[in-house]
Amino acid sequence: MVKLSINGLLVEVQEGTTILEAARQLNFRIPVLCHHDDLCVAGNCRVCVVEQLGGKALLAACATPVAEGMQILTNSLKVRTARKHVIELLLSEHNADCTKCYKNGQCELQNLSNEFSVGDHIFLDLIHHKDYTIDRYSPSIQKDDSKCIRCQRCVRTCEQLQGVNALCVAHKGEAQKISTFYDHSMAEVICTNCGQCINRCPTGALVERTYLDEVWDAILDPEVHVVAQTAPAVRVGLGEDLGLEPGERVTGKMVSALKRLGFDAVLDTDFTADLTILEEGTELLTRLKKALVEKDPEVALPMTTSCSPGWIKFIEHTFPEYLPNVSTCKSPQQMFGALAKTYYANDREIDPKKIVTVSIMPCTAKKYEADRPEMRSSGFKDVDYVITTRELARMVRQAGIDFTMLKEDKFDRLMGDSSGAAVIFGATGGVMEAALRTAYEIITGREVPFENLNITPVRGFEGVRQASVLLEDCVEEWSFLEGVELKCAVAHGLSYARELMQAVKDGKIEVHFIEVMACPGGCLGGGGQPIPTNQEIREKRAAAIYDEDMHLAIRKSHENPEVLKLYKNFLGEPLGHKSHELLHTHYKERERY
Amino acid sequence: MKKIPVHRVDLIFEKITCKEIFEKVMEAKPDEIIQSVIDSGLKGRGGAGFPTGLKWQFAAREKNDEKYIVCNADEGEPGTFKDREILDMVPEKVFCGMAIASRAIGAKIGYIYLRGEYKFLVPKLEERLKDFHGLMKKMGHPFTIHLRLGSGAYICGEESALFESIEGRRGEPRNKPPYPTKEGLFNKPTCINNVETLVYTVMIQKYGAMHFKEMGTKDSRGSKVFSVSGDTPKAGIFELELGMSVKEFVEEFGDGDTKAVQVGGAAGFCVPRKRFDETIIGFEGVPTGGSMKLFNSSRSMYNVLHNYLDFFAEESCGQCTPCRVGCQQLLKGIEAVKKGEKSIKYLDELVKLAATMKIAAKCGLGQSVGNAFSSIVDNFKEEIIY
Repeated sequence: MVKLSINGLLVEVQEGTTILEAARQLNFRIPVLCHHDDLCVAGNCRVCVVEQLGGKALLAACATPVAEGMQILTNSLKVRTARKHVIELLLSEHNADCTKCYKNGQCELQNLSNEFSVGDHIFLDLIHHKDYTIDRYSPSIQKDDSKCIRCQRCVRTCEQLQGVNALCVAHKGEAQKISTFYDHSMAEVICTNCGQCINRCPTGALVERTYLDEVWDAILDPEVHVVAQTAPAVRVGLGEDLGLEPGERVTGKMVSALKRLGFDAVLDTDFTADLTILEEGTELLTRLKKALVEKDPEVALPMTTSCSPGWIKFIEHTFPEYLPNVSTCKSPQQMFGALAKTYYANDREIDPKKIVTVSIMPCTAKKYEADRPEMRSSGFKDVDYVITTRELARMVRQAGIDFTMLKEDKFDRLMGDSSGAAVIFGATGGVMEAALRTAYEIITGREVPFENLNITPVRGFEGVRQASVLLEDCVEEWSFLEGVELKCAVAHGLSYARELMQAVKDGKIEVHFIEVMACPGGCLGGGGQPIPTNQEIREKRAAAIYDEDMHLAIRKSHENPEVLKLYKNFLGEPLGHKSHELLHTHYKERERY
Repeated sequence: MKKIPVHRVDLIFEKITCKEIFEKVMEAKPDEIIQSVIDSGLKGRGGAGFPTGLKWQFAAREKNDEKYIVCNADEGEPGTFKDREILDMVPEKVFCGMAIASRAIGAKIGYIYLRGEYKFLVPKLEERLKDFHGLMKKMGHPFTIHLRLGSGAYICGEESALFESIEGRRGEPRNKPPYPTKEGLFNKPTCINNVETLVYTVMIQKYGAMHFKEMGTKDSRGSKVFSVSGDTPKAGIFELELGMSVKEFVEEFGDGDTKAVQVGGAAGFCVPRKRFDETIIGFEGVPTGGSMKLFNSSRSMYNVLHNYLDFFAEESCGQCTPCRVGCQQLLKGIEAVKKGEKSIKYLDELVKLAATMKIAAKCGLGQSVGNAFSSIVDNFKEEIIY
């Protein structure tokens, strides 16, 4: 333990603690810009500088470990002057057109300049000397260098958290900027569109491409039937942007708000999450049969999930030799889109031309996914617009809806039913758990041997998790699996996905089924979720998701009555002809930079 | 006739047989080697002046099988060119210094990080390294030196940015602590010394610590190689005893019209004529890594300062705010004052900013921009404004 004083108050902390963390223990908040709880220390913005009595230079509180007997001042004259200078310097190279900025009111630099009462700039405006263009080529991410304060949070996110390295620092001195390979647009590089950089950008330099006007136009057009679908993780994040605490489930309020916004039908992506389990589960069992019974050497195992579009683009870039291993199932969003303009349109007797599907996603990569040329199997663009959880919150505010006071409402019918298994898709390990609940029961005729169906070994936040289930007393059809230990692995965050895939490649790990979610924590920590994000917030969202699962009457995908009806009336059987046409897709190898 | 107090020394370029010295070193215990360097009072010759013996001691005390010796040959400070000459004339003495350090701290691998512009030295260094590695083999001392080239960034002379560069990353300074002796290259205990420093450690082994310590002053022991340039009839490289005043230096090297001397390059201090007498060149006065630039009355100090700031605005790595934006603000700021777009008072704001940069920047580069700025603005305000 190390003893030190901060502003005259004594504190004892563990060795290795930073001054910033020690100050937090005493309830002194030291401002930060480059520091983020999820990322490694940078110490480059210098807004967190503090004074050490007797020291010459100031210390970056985020980057300096405590030392015995240190006497720290967090608000001395030297500190205040330096801090104000730092903020003024940042503003002098920042495009401070705040009223027109998407992040207006949610910008960390804006908050700090307000806190420190930075009035008239004392320094010269440097922004006009530079030639900036906004990169709007990516369907998911918009990059505006004129708002960048070069804190490198995005670079560290992309490099360390995601292992993608699409963003990098280029040039030096006055020309230094956050760039990409050869300064190509975000649409042309290895970017997976995961949006984790957006979640950590302190300013408006990185934001999602927004499609709010298009969605409003559709809603306000009486000729158009606008269908909303909501992803599992939205309901445990949305509240944070509308005045509620992290971890509050707002499913009913969200449905109610969507109806008030004017969507003609409010349906649930959870419905197609259940459908995914049936398709993907059948696909896995088919592959296992080919491998174990038919001894087909061509069959690609382990099979990986395909729900996360960030993961799909990542594997297309980095492990293209494993594309045959990826499940051919479209993601729940795209299954929904394809069915909305076929099955739903038929049933409701609406011309699919007049249907606009809008999905509300915790994700920015979903915007890219909806734009993929393969995603037009209904004959139209299956999903017309994708908006993030944050964008939905913005729509709710624009429409003047008092979210916290809303009464709870229920999803509309036909594609609105879901099981608890679908809800947990929103958390890392959830797809695996849902798949096991169904697959085990199909194979053995019994429920999974876990208390309350909660398959805890695949839950949690460890980067890579492994679990196995022994298949015993199988029903006749699946008797070839008798005695097989079904092995699975789960990874979340693309750094861990890379680690897992490398282990598979090196033969260090042998599994049958792999779930990967591109974002830390799974979709609940997605790039379209409310900002800020950190481990504590993600854990609260996860708890809410598992709570929602426990409260649902149906908790297994194959018991979703609407899904069963869909097969009976429309699709026939899993992996059947119609499924192939509407619910399955293919992938392509992409360049590695 | 008045005695010229500038004493020439011939240690660095003295031709010696490294084998003999290294044989002596192999017989001594690491502690004894370190003690001799501590006793000599040698301080780092790159400019920062950290006591070399202490640095070695810190690195030696770290328990780790993997340690590194790094020779900082990224000589980039404007106005210094002495390391180039040393590496060109006596490269084996540099290698020998690294070998002594490796024996002292227990390292098996060394790196020479050579300034990109000194690429022409590579064939010669590689040739001599072959001989050196042969000698090491013969002596039974397992020590290998690798050569690495910079790519032209000034910041890579900063020790931790240099490590990043060797490791294959963008050259950006790291946070300190941890210091290199604890976690340096590849996060292992590392001893990083300037080219000249390493050669002095060889000469200390040859002639003994006292021989070195007898020269210079209490805070600045021994001698130092100076790169003299600017308005001088005697531009070049000179090894001189430390402790002289700027006045004595100017009497030796000036052209009779010297109005200012920039000691220590762009990151150093500007000494005006009125302070020549009272200013000692050394750690008690103005320290230098070797750069001594003389300016006579035909020079505009505004242009001098503008040149330095232009250099820093480009050569800041851009990582930390005070340095990246501060350098640009200082540069554009003096331009604005000169053009009359900003009032004279704005200079005071800039001086305050320079003071912030000095205490809030992440590394030595950003912290030292204020030196040149404040010392030129304080002493030549009229030239900056009008």
